[in-house]
Amino acid sequence: MKGWSAVYYRELLILRRRLSRMLASMSVSPLLYLIAFGYAMGGHVRVEGYSYTEFLIPGLVAMSSMTQAFGIASEINISRFYWHIFEEFQAAPISNRAYVCGEVLAGMTRALIAVAVILTLGLFFGVFLSYTPLFWLAVLLNSFIFASLAVAVAMLVKSHADQAMVSNFIITPMAFLGGTFFPVERLPEWAQGILFLLPLTHAAKSVRAAAFGQTPSLFSYLLLFLAGCICFTIALRCVNRARD
Amino acid sequence: MIKIRNLTKYYKNIHALKGICLHVPEGELFAYLGPNGAGKTTTIRILTGLTQLSSGDAWLNGFHIHQHTLDAKRQCGLVPQSVNLDQELTVYENLDVHGRLFHMPSEKRKEKIHELLTYIDMEDRKDTPARQLSGGMKRRVMIARSLVHSPKVLFLDEPTVGLDAGIRRRIWALIKKIQQNGTTIFLTTHYIEEAEFLADRVAFLDEGKIVANDTPQKLMARLGEWAIDRIADNEMNTVYFETREAAGTYSPEQHESFTLRRVNLEDAFLSLTGKKVSGKAPGQKEKS
Ligand SMILES: Nc1ncnc2c1ncn2[C@@H]1O[C@H](COP(=O)(O)OP(=O)(O)O)[C@@H](O)[C@H]1O
Ligand SMILES: [Mg+2]
Repeated sequence: MKGWSAVYYRELLILRRRLSRMLASMSVSPLLYLIAFGYAMGGHVRVEGYSYTEFLIPGLVAMSSMTQAFGIASEINISRFYWHIFEEFQAAPISNRAYVCGEVLAGMTRALIAVAVILTLGLFFGVFLSYTPLFWLAVLLNSFIFASLAVAVAMLVKSHADQAMVSNFIITPMAFLGGTFFPVERLPEWAQGILFLLPLTHAAKSVRAAAFGQTPSLFSYLLLFLAGCICFTIALRCVNRARD
Repeated sequence: MIKIRNLTKYYKNIHALKGICLHVPEGELFAYLGPNGAGKTTTIRILTGLTQLSSGDAWLNGFHIHQHTLDAKRQCGLVPQSVNLDQELTVYENLDVHGRLFHMPSEKRKEKIHELLTYIDMEDRKDTPARQLSGGMKRRVMIARSLVHSPKVLFLDEPTVGLDAGIRRRIWALIKKIQQNGTTIFLTTHYIEEAEFLADRVAFLDEGKIVANDTPQKLMARLGEWAIDRIADNEMNTVYFETREAAGTYSPEQHESFTLRRVNLEDAFLSLTGKKVSGKAPGQKEKS
C-alpha cells in the first residue's frame, strides 16, 4: 500500500492549482438548476412535504458527488494518453492497489469540494437541512463508487472519445433519472425497477433522508458499500491490464 | 547489473523482439543502436515494468523483473522517449512527487532535489511550471527526476531526439557525468555520433534482433579505418581501407566524385544489416 499518498499528493497539487477555476465550474450547473427549477417553482410546488428547493439540494449533492468523482476519469485519461504521466506511476515501485487508492481518494476529494459548493449555494437559497454523519457517509460512499468506476473506465478506454461515450450513455442518464430532480416513485413500476438497481438512486435517497432528519435505510448503505467494493476491485483489475 | 535472456515480445501479430540476450556490467555506458521501429523502446519498457514481456527473463541488479517487480523497479531510473513531465507542476514539484513515489523521507528528498537542481544547473528554475521550459530544459529536468531516488541503472530512451546540436552536447556531458558517479547507463539512440561519443559498448538492434554487440572501436575496426564515399551515376557506394595510405592509392573513375573520411558506426551497421540506422536504404539519395 505504500505510495498511495504520493499519487494523492500529486492530484492535490494539481487540484490546488486549479481550485478557483474548479470552484467556478462546480457552481455553474447547480446554480442553473437551482434558479431554473428551484427558484422558479420553489414557492408553489411541494414534494414529499418539502419545498422544491429543499428537495432539490440533496439531489444535487448526490448528482454532483457522482459527476465530480467520475470526472477524474477524463483527468487520468488526458494524463495517460496525452502527457504520458501514467508511465511515471507504472515505473515507480508502488502496487496497483496504492495507485488506485491515491486516484480514488483524489476523486472523492473533488466530490467533497463540489458538495461543499452546493451546500453553500443552498444557504443563499435559504435551505438549511441537517448535514449529519449519515448524510456525509452517503456522500462518501457515492463518491467512492464513482471514483473507482472512473479509474476502471480510464484504464479500459483507448481514447478520449470513448471516455465521452461512457459519460453520455451512463453517467448523464443516471444523473437525471436517479431521483435527483423528482422522486423515483413518480415513475412507472418498470422504470422504478430499473432505477432501483442503480447506485445513484440509493445515494440520492440516503442523502435526502439524512438531510431531512429521517432515518435512511440500512439496506441502501449496504448496497452502496458493496457497489463501491465491486467497482474498486474492477479498477484494480483494469490497472493490472493497462500494460500492453 | 542488467541481464536479459531470450526476451521476446509480441504485440498482437507484430513480433517486436525476437529473443534478445544481453549482459550489461555495472558502471558501463551501454548504447542500444537501431533504426526506428527496431524495438529499442519496447526493450526499455519491458525492463522498467511498463510493458509485459511475452517470454524470456530479465534481472536488474539481481532482481527478476517479474518475481521481484517492486525491487527491480527500485533499481532503475527511466527517462522515456516522449516528455512526460507534469506540465502544470513546477520543476521542484515534479521531482518531489517522484521522490515520494519512491518512498523517500522528506529531509532526504529535499536535500537530493536541491543537489540535483544544482547538478543540472537549474536551481533558479525550481519554481517554474514545467510547461514554460524549453525542450532542452525539459530533458534535463527529466534526467534529474529519474535520479532523485539514486537508481543503480539509468534508462535513457533517445535522450537527445529533437534537440539542436549545442543542447545535445550539453546533455551528453551530463550523461557522462552521471556515469562517472557510478551509475550504469542503458541508452537507446538512432544517432550514430551519440553512440560513438558516449558508449563503452554498443549493441546493434535490427528488427527485434541483436546483430552485433561490442565496443565501438571493435565494431568499426572490422571494416578498416578509412572510407571513401564515391558517387557516380547518382549511385553512392563506399569502399573501405585499412590505412590512410591505402586509401590514398584510390583512383577515381571519370565523372565520379568522392570524399575520404574515417569509418563510423553507420558503416558497421550498414555492413551487418544492409541498411542505415537513420532509416535510408543503401544507395538511396540523401533528401535535400
Ligand atoms: N503499443 C504497441 N502496440 C503495437 N505495436 C507496437 C507498440 N509499441 C511498439 N510497437 C511496434 O513494435 C515495434 C518496435 O517498436 P519500438 O520498440 O517503439 O521501436 P524503437 O523504439 O526502436 O523505434 C514497431 O514495429 C512498433 O510498430
Ligand atoms: Mg523508440
